[in-house]
Amino acid sequence: MIAIIDYGMGNLRSVQKAFEKAGGDAIITQDASEIKNAKKIVLPGVGAIRPAMEKLRNLNLISVIEETIRNEKPFLGICLGLQLLFEKSVEGGEVKALGILKGNVTRFKSLKVPHMGWNQIAIKNFANPIFKGIENNADVYFCHSYFVEPADSTVSAATTDYGRNYTSAITQKNIFGVQFHPEKSQSVGIKILENFVNL
Amino acid sequence: MLKKRIIPCLDVKDGRVVKGVNFVELRDAGDPVSVAEAYDKQGADEIIFLDITASHEKRPIILDIVKHTAEKVFMPLTVGGGIQSVDDIRELLSAGADKVSLNSSAIKNPQLITEAANRYGSQCIVVAIDAKKNGSHWDVYINGGRVKTDKEAIIWAKEVEQLGAGEILLTSMDADGTKNGFDLALTDAVCKAVNIPVIASGGAGKIEDFADVFIKTNVDAALAASVFHYGELTIPQVKNFLYQKSIEVRL
Repeated sequence: MIAIIDYGMGNLRSVQKAFEKAGGDAIITQDASEIKNAKKIVLPGVGAIRPAMEKLRNLNLISVIEETIRNEKPFLGICLGLQLLFEKSVEGGEVKALGILKGNVTRFKSLKVPHMGWNQIAIKNFANPIFKGIENNADVYFCHSYFVEPADSTVSAATTDYGRNYTSAITQKNIFGVQFHPEKSQSVGIKILENFVNL
Repeated sequence: MLKKRIIPCLDVKDGRVVKGVNFVELRDAGDPVSVAEAYDKQGADEIIFLDITASHEKRPIILDIVKHTAEKVFMPLTVGGGIQSVDDIRELLSAGADKVSLNSSAIKNPQLITEAANRYGSQCIVVAIDAKKNGSHWDVYINGGRVKTDKEAIIWAKEVEQLGAGEILLTSMDADGTKNGFDLALTDAVCKAVNIPVIASGGAGKIEDFADVFIKTNVDAALAASVFHYGELTIPQVKNFLYQKSIEVRL
């Protein structure tokens, strides 16, 4: 069972349906024990990081997320769910995030923002299980104004060119994160979710 | 590279696609979910449902359609038409819409843009601007093009960006229905005025029109309805043509 963490930020149903399509059994929940009992955890999210952190705090989910990551359960952050893993974001002043990974979240400059539409991922390590069967430079769907800058560049699993090459996917042990929306990236996205289901 | 997007738009009334869609492979050409699936297979980059149902009491119909579409189609879905409040937006997003498009309500209550952007993020708030040339400028119209407002399109475009819109869906009322190509002057003027993505709409008739709008303006996406619905052009045809013209598209 995969637990999709429900903290009131966005397109949970689309994520759940995409996991079903990928052959996974996913529930949408904000219940700490359900999340702890799940085999895999997904932190989705669209929207702003400040209310996202507030909601995670109010629902007492921060320690639950930290615990599941410590227990090395496969964890997938999508879009805002990826950004939340880092230390802080410049969105709306400065917001302290979960700090599970070292590095910050910053905003695109001198470009049309949001970065919206289909763009390519340059995969850094083809042995990465999340990219099994995915072609290098595959197009996936993006919709975001901020991006992550990992302090440790080995965390970066794929990059995307939007004015510059930025990190569009990360991996560290059991933690996976994607800046794009696999649930909206047609067959390529479903394949990535299938890879997560099969971990 | 970020790709230029090709977006089919469906007018939906009382749960049915207006005038239907003429695809041979479709079982029910009036069913928005089936049509969305067909466009998904063709490789559309996004799809837009424009709900032109007159009665607000019938909103559950479009919500139901959005729910069923989001179960079957894994690409971005925008829904516009009749959205009056943050509650309407919340309902559409939780049904599975990725973006909502505001038009008349944004003019009547510009704070709705800000309120919605603060709550759900700018990335899901599209503002639709229906513009018609008047001398040396463009007037903004609402209520499906029936009512002229005192807004000027370029100024309004900048204003909606400031208010928190994440994208502009720009329809030229002069070009719409003519099949003589997109309104390049209007599209260019709006693209130069704002720093958010712009979708050009109205006037697509032949394959060259799509190349024109991407070569001559900095627009991010092109929307069309009838040329796709009646099978005059397919999405792969348009994309292959753009690719030959060295325009970045997702094939």
